[in-house]
Parts: sequence; structure tokens; C-alpha cells
Amino acid sequence: MGPLIVSDIITQNTNFFLAFLIGIGFGFVLESSGFSSSRKLAGMFYGYDTVVLKVFFTAAIVAMLGLLFMSLFNWIDLDMVYVNPTYLWSTIVGGIIMGAGFIVGGFCPGTSFCAAAIGKIDALFFIGGIFLGIFIFTEAYPLLEGFYKGSFRGTPTLPEALGLKDGVVVLGIIIVALGMFWAGEWAEKKFPRKEY
Amino acid sequence: MSEAVKPIKKAKYINPYLGGILLGLVLIAANFVSGRGLGASGAAKSVVVATVNSVSPGHAEKALFFREYNESHPDGPMKAWLVFQMLGVIVGAFLSGAIFKRLKFKVEHSPKITSKRRIIFAVMGGILFGFGSQLGRGCTSGSALSGMGVLSLGGFISMAFIFGTAFALAWFFRKNWI
Repeated sequence: MGPLIVSDIITQNTNFFLAFLIGIGFGFVLESSGFSSSRKLAGMFYGYDTVVLKVFFTAAIVAMLGLLFMSLFNWIDLDMVYVNPTYLWSTIVGGIIMGAGFIVGGFCPGTSFCAAAIGKIDALFFIGGIFLGIFIFTEAYPLLEGFYKGSFRGTPTLPEALGLKDGVVVLGIIIVALGMFWAGEWAEKKFPRKEY
Repeated sequence: MSEAVKPIKKAKYINPYLGGILLGLVLIAANFVSGRGLGASGAAKSVVVATVNSVSPGHAEKALFFREYNESHPDGPMKAWLVFQMLGVIVGAFLSGAIFKRLKFKVEHSPKITSKRRIIFAVMGGILFGFGSQLGRGCTSGSALSGMGVLSLGGFISMAFIFGTAFALAWFFRKNWI
């Protein structure tokens, strides 16, 4: 039955309206988890606050498991769900640049909008930077096009790339995540910082 | 304990694992309803394209990026799923801030640095993230989180390099944060 839009159960306008509602849920969860604070986000990289790790990986695991079970029950056709394509080198270099942006600016795009929504002025400047960065990309696009569209590897999933079953890989990710949660709890005790 | 110290009003955040479960459910809802994940930078791109289309239509017709984008988005850049989703994000974050009493205009920064320094670094970080998200086809939400949710190899690569780089560079920028 799912995805609803692909199965023509809802119209495009309903889809946009539901996108707005989904966004409200997204923004509410991010803000109430503390993602509107750059110092809380950056805490991840110094060990004093690992909320990013906990929220991010719990969400990823819940989504993976949920979608796998829903597919098992025939509630959703995962072949109709968008799987991000893999362009190896542009993903790697883009990731490196974004990682630098994260530690320099203290936000990622989604969290900066949440922070701006509750009045963080530094987040507004970060958003201004995002627009500028995207504009630089669009202007440099003729130079970057070859690199951007190169090293296309199709749309493999991690289990396909490893030659393993989905369930086995998800189980492995869950075990790794539990280990990281444990390390995160340990780090917060070892590198305490007061609330800000 | 000195009496001059004012009691710190603790920001009440929800339990991070609960937050993660709720975020996972939102991501499942996006996939179930719309067959796609969450995102953020794509909406910022829509704004940039819409701005260039209206401020400098000549440039939008000439420049390769805008030509490609406008050809593949006949309904215009703003009639996009992510634009509506991001409007929701702003509303949702505002509601949470209102409920938990965190609505306040301020520049948040470490006591060791000035507001000016914080803002300069925020702009630089934004530029890097904006540029990187285009090269990497999505940011922490669209590429890393949503990609991992559907087990996409690209999503895992994105996640590893975003967080790996931030960890690797953390030492150089420690003064800004701790």
C-alpha cells in the first residue's frame, strides 16, 4: 500500500500538505532534543554531550527496522522508496566539506533552521552562509560538473555492497550503535561540562 | 556555593533516546507517505534557485546549473516537497521552543569567545555546509540520516565523512566550543 503518493492513494497537493505536517514533527523533535543549540551539537565532537549520536543513531535504527518490518508485512513497497544514489567521490568530498562546516559553524542545515526558529541569531548567519555556499556551487558548477556526476555507482544498499542480507546488516548496525551509545554515556561522565 | 551565583535555569530537553525513536517514526512516516526521506539543504537550494530566477532571469537562462535545474523542475523550484517540509520544521521548532520556554533572541557562544567571532565562524560554517551539501547531494538529514534509514550505501558514506571530518578537525576549533 505504501508509499501513498506512488500508489496514487493521495494527490500531489495532499502530499505537500503532509510534507508540512511531517516537517512539524521533524522540527519539533529536533528542537525538543536540544538540536537548536550549537554548543550542544558540537559537544558530540568533544565528548561532553553526545546527544547527536544518541538521537541520530536511534532514529536511523528505528527507521531501518520499521521499514524492514513494514516491507515484510507488505505495508510498504521498498522498491518504490527513494534510495540515494551513490556517486562515490563527490559524496566523500562533499562529506568532508560538510564535516568541516559542522565543526566550524556548529550546525547542519536542518538544525540551523530549528535554532533560528527559536531566536538564535548565530543560526541566522549560518543560514545566510548556506545560501551563499549553494550559490558558490551553482556558479562554479561548470567546473565541478564532471566531478559531481562522475564515479556513479548506481543505487546500491549497504547490504548489497557487502553481499549480506538486510536483516543481518541491520542487526550488525544495532550492535555497533549500542556500543557507541555506551561509549557516549562514558564520555559524558569523563568530560563533563555544565549546562549552558 | 557562593550566594552570588544565580541558580542556573536548566534547559529541559527530552530524553535523547526518546527523541531518536520519535525522529525515526517521522522518517518512517515520510517514506510511507511520500516514498522519500527527510531533508533540509534541498529547500535552501530551492530558495537560491527561486531568487536567481527572479532577480536575474538572464543569468538563470544562461548558467548551466540553473538551466539543468529549471528543466528538471517544470513546476518551479518552490513547489517542492522539501520546501513544504522545511516550512513545517520552522513551525515545529518554534512550537517546541514555545512549549519548553526557549524562545529568546541571542547569539549562543562559548564564554571564551566573542559574539562577533561566533558569527564569523557561523557564516563560514554555513558556506562550507551549503557548498558541501550540493556536492554531496544532501546534508546530514537528506543524505546521511535518510540514506541510512533506507540502507543506502551513499548514506553511510556521507555519515562517515561528515562526522569523521568533524571529529578529525575538532582539536583545531576547540576554543570555539569548550
